[in-house]
Amino acid sequence: MNIHVFIKRVPDTESRIRIQHETKTIVEEGLNFIINPYDEYAVEEALRLREAKGGLVRVFAVGREDSLTILRKALAMGADEAVLIKDAAGETYDGLRTARAIAAAVRTKYPDYDLLLFGRQSVGADNAQVPSMVAELLGLPQANVVTKLEIEGAAGTALREVEGASEKVNFPLPAVVSAQKGLNEPRYETLKGIMAAKKKEIPVLAIEELGLTPEELAPAVEVIALDVPPQRQAGKILQGEAAETARELVRLLHEEAKVI
Amino acid sequence: MIAVTIEVRDGKVKKSSLETLAEAKRRADELGWKTEAVLVGSGLEGLAAEVFPQGAAKVHVLDAPALAAYSAGAYAHALAAFATEAKPKAIFFAATAMGKDLAPRVAARLGVGLATDCTKVAVKDGMLVFTRPIYAGKALLSLKIKTTPALATLRPNVFPLASAPGTPGEVVKKAVTVPEEAVRGRVAEVIKAETAELDVTEADIIVSGGRGLKGPEEFALLRELAALFPRAAVGASRSAVDSGWIGHQNQVGQTGKTVSPTLYIAFGISGAIQHLAGMSSSKVIVAVNKDPEAPIVKVADYTVVGDLFQVIPPLKEELKKALADR
Repeated sequence: MNIHVFIKRVPDTESRIRIQHETKTIVEEGLNFIINPYDEYAVEEALRLREAKGGLVRVFAVGREDSLTILRKALAMGADEAVLIKDAAGETYDGLRTARAIAAAVRTKYPDYDLLLFGRQSVGADNAQVPSMVAELLGLPQANVVTKLEIEGAAGTALREVEGASEKVNFPLPAVVSAQKGLNEPRYETLKGIMAAKKKEIPVLAIEELGLTPEELAPAVEVIALDVPPQRQAGKILQGEAAETARELVRLLHEEAKVI
Repeated sequence: MIAVTIEVRDGKVKKSSLETLAEAKRRADELGWKTEAVLVGSGLEGLAAEVFPQGAAKVHVLDAPALAAYSAGAYAHALAAFATEAKPKAIFFAATAMGKDLAPRVAARLGVGLATDCTKVAVKDGMLVFTRPIYAGKALLSLKIKTTPALATLRPNVFPLASAPGTPGEVVKKAVTVPEEAVRGRVAEVIKAETAELDVTEADIIVSGGRGLKGPEEFALLRELAALFPRAAVGASRSAVDSGWIGHQNQVGQTGKTVSPTLYIAFGISGAIQHLAGMSSSKVIVAVNKDPEAPIVKVADYTVVGDLFQVIPPLKEELKKALADR
């Protein structure tokens, strides 16, 4: 089976985010960029399915040329091919634009898929939009936030996480699945993998070359402001004997904070 | 008109959907628009009575046997058809597991923009402005949606319910047809968690534990504390989850859940930046930590410096007393 995996370049989760107010963007200088952690689960799941069932794992990223680094990393993990869908616009916070680019690219250039795998959301834009949107644009069934995936023949079963429960979703292939933490434990790339990845050519498709109309590429959202959240102030410190501090804490929560 | 999609689980309307409706009503009033609710399913018209108090002028019931179990494709089909006919200016959803699964599918079907997991909705120059945390709360993005309808999901536990109940209005039931291919990917079964715990995103109070808890058994202490409150849940830091002490569904932070409870109590959590991002919008934060220099102390309203194993037993007794007095 052929699996397409879609990955995104994001700042690592230990990053402090600074804002460039004039351009309404984050300051990228000094940040360490990684494959979105949820997308790593998707890559790992694709590799495991290929190992069990054969086929091809092709990894895609939508973004600027700096996304080539994460594509190389996915190749080093074991993906067979990588493709960059180049969008010079960078982070637009517009899930529809990304979804349209992906849907157009796979429909016109890479229609040879059985499964489209994503991370449940990027740890950046936090949109959680693209997998469902791609599913709708391509007319495919979807299972998002998946912690367990089984493929049997031309059908799949996924467990997706919801509040206080899991939903079991049955679907025919091809389908869209997005990975949640817990699906698997991603592997590290091997030295051999890294060397092989360096030699692979990564085709670049420009977003303008996918047959999308200017209307389809027009932004659906307009960023008005990007701010840092209000900083919290350190509050009261309670020290001393445990019984005493416990009593004082409960008193403060009741009388001062009025939350219990 | 702002249309609000109402989510039903176990035959009950989700509280977060009612919060979303109440917020839609407040903003629609500001704009001089109407607010209407939409129930999607099979035989749900009886639930309209639960919806009207939050201010819906009308409740639409999109009804088909094929909608009895949730599938994103079928629900999106029904909602997009409704939107094409009723022409709402905006459609709101609660940012629940279902809302986040469904809203983008509806957006793609209509070819419109979507704001995910909003914590503020404002009106500026006759347009809705949505503010949403990004980077799990390290930054706040405000955006307008340039397409109509504007779609948005609103974070649970952030928006208050209506202060004065609305009056019952018209219930409009409509039989809809859903093509078979849209029903693929349907929920076949809902497997409840073994413990009937509330999800951290829906809890008013979160009792959370980190590496300082030293092992999985100690989370039982936190569960006992949580059980004292009516709507409390147990949370955890990434290191506790990655150590296998508790499931990832309890994880708070950037690769877990972003939460905004009334009260967040962090036991033995030092406060890595990705954790702080996920819980800093809590109303009141309490840290119980041995180390008065831990990063979490800088964001906590109250810090108890001490050994959490010493603090928990008397704290439990004091909480019991305080809650019994009320």
